[in-house]
Amino acid sequence: MAETAAWEHEPGGHPEFGDVILGVKGVTVGFGDKLVLENLDLEVYRREILGFVGGSGTGKSVLMRAILGLTPRRAGTVEVFGCNLDTASGEERLEVERRWGVLFQQGALFSSLNVKQNIKMPMREHMRMSEQLMDELALLKLEMVGLPRDAADKMPSELSGGMIKRASLARALALDPDLVFLDEPTSGLDPIGAAAFDRLIESLRDTLGLTVYMVTHDLDSLHSICDRIAVLGERRVLINGSLDEIMQFDHPWVQSYFKGERALRRVD
Amino acid sequence: MPADLGVAARIAPTLDAHGEGNILRLCPGGCWTIHDAEQLESLIAGLRCGEPVYAVVDLSRIDSLDTAGAWLLHRLQGDLEYRGARVDRVGVSDTYAALFSEIEAHHPTPWKPYRSRFSVVSLLEKTGRQMTEVANDAVAVCHIVGSLAAVLSGILFNPRRLRAVSVAVQFDRSCIGAVPIVLLMSFLIGGIIAQQGGFYLRQFGADLFAVDLAGVLVLREIGVLLTAIMVAGRSGSAFTAELGSMKMREEIDALHVIGLKVTEVLILPRILALMLALPVLAFLADLAALFGAGLVTWLYLDIVPQTFLQRLQEAVTMETVNVGLIKAPFMALIIGLVACVEGLKVGGSSESLGRHTTLSVVKAIFMVIVVDGLFAIFFASVGI
Repeated sequence: MAETAAWEHEPGGHPEFGDVILGVKGVTVGFGDKLVLENLDLEVYRREILGFVGGSGTGKSVLMRAILGLTPRRAGTVEVFGCNLDTASGEERLEVERRWGVLFQQGALFSSLNVKQNIKMPMREHMRMSEQLMDELALLKLEMVGLPRDAADKMPSELSGGMIKRASLARALALDPDLVFLDEPTSGLDPIGAAAFDRLIESLRDTLGLTVYMVTHDLDSLHSICDRIAVLGERRVLINGSLDEIMQFDHPWVQSYFKGERALRRVD
Repeated sequence: MPADLGVAARIAPTLDAHGEGNILRLCPGGCWTIHDAEQLESLIAGLRCGEPVYAVVDLSRIDSLDTAGAWLLHRLQGDLEYRGARVDRVGVSDTYAALFSEIEAHHPTPWKPYRSRFSVVSLLEKTGRQMTEVANDAVAVCHIVGSLAAVLSGILFNPRRLRAVSVAVQFDRSCIGAVPIVLLMSFLIGGIIAQQGGFYLRQFGADLFAVDLAGVLVLREIGVLLTAIMVAGRSGSAFTAELGSMKMREEIDALHVIGLKVTEVLILPRILALMLALPVLAFLADLAALFGAGLVTWLYLDIVPQTFLQRLQEAVTMETVNVGLIKAPFMALIIGLVACVEGLKVGGSSESLGRHTTLSVVKAIFMVIVVDGLFAIFFASVGI
């Protein structure tokens, strides 16, 4: 089995290494008369990589969108960097938005801008700096996520799926955020590319001090880079903790997910 | 939990330089982050360091550092080294050391500011490209007409291949959905023509001829022309946007791969429905416009409805109505073809979708007016 996280965690307790960067309390989200999430609690600590798993259609993306404020909540509060997003003033909210980065599942690059312009967009809108520095930083971010420099002038429609993911991550990292949300970052990548992506996220955590909230189905990512894993099911977080704790957890879905055929094959 | 995790404590960046002979000591301090990028750049630009042989960058007074700050320090160091100085970095904590080792793997490219220059050659080139574009458009239209003919001839032998449901759905959208707005528009236009005509003709005591004017003008030209323009704006743009977004999401490619013809599945039902819809709409528009004209002549020119109808019967023959309505299917064909050609030309970006939708409507309206002119010449030469 891959090495476990560098830090030990106490289940449910505050790890000694960090503050709560993201706190979700009692969140309920529903569409029509169907509740997707009900009274959900979750905490993400500074400088950790949280892997978020759950069956298809259990509302992983819905929770991420609810945290980001894209899907309306029926109840509950979301605190990011200690700032309650419901009561925050416009300025506070803007400050929070500058400090988080989001990688959407489909990349969501602006299709009418080329890759470099996409990465420069948050800098141009939120920061004041010279065009030259903006250009250099955009190229730096581009290379940091492992794209060749000649990808800078390509349009999103000319990129492959993996390149779109990387370019989109570069845009998410443009403002050096403290917290990044990644929605299935390695889905659709080949195993080599996925492993490189995992290493990239880990090294970014180490160099930039990122906190990573990662929705993923990739057992390899969960094993290799996630410090903590949260499992979504039955409209709430079933369990969160280190991989070993989750492997011990007695729930049919969790057992079949982490000890299913594919999971066991990779452990061997 | 702290109320605010480190947002407020942003210390303004500083950069102290002490020169002693050939040795330069640089002490950046405060927050070297992207939030103060402009200030950082001016600090570095304002640095007067002479020609040092040896430089020390002391990072111990830095409160926070991110990629932007590290990059600027890296660039400064590169500049000093380029000018022949040896540079050492001291007081680097472990986290920043990792950041620097990441950054040092990358090098700045020589920066070329983007400049656009006016030149006659590029102007000519642009014109030439537009001309070939027009030619390509014509070829694309011919291509679709050809494949439509092929599909239609196939349907003659095998009528089941006609997608009747699809045609009906498109007819519902482009005809029945458009009835209220076309009726309202034509009613107003009929009223306006009658009023304007009456206003001028009354000066010659010929206000009864306002009925002739409105009747002939509406039935021969205005009714069908304005309906076609409305349909081009309404259905033509919808066709382009639908086909364009299908092209963007590879749905068109999926159709090809499944072995279906785009012309048969998507284009024929739309164009057929439009060719059925436009005559119906034009006829309804004629009625509404005549009703509007009748109402205005009654209220404004005191011509009672009976007189209006009598005069109208004298002025207008079945031929007049036919001259107008015969144009409708041709206009529908042109609107449909232009819309589909533009839709299939959409590339990967949302900008291109918008551009082609605009182009589709503009070209369709223009072509409709050109065709109307051609019909006018034709009818005049055959003496109708």
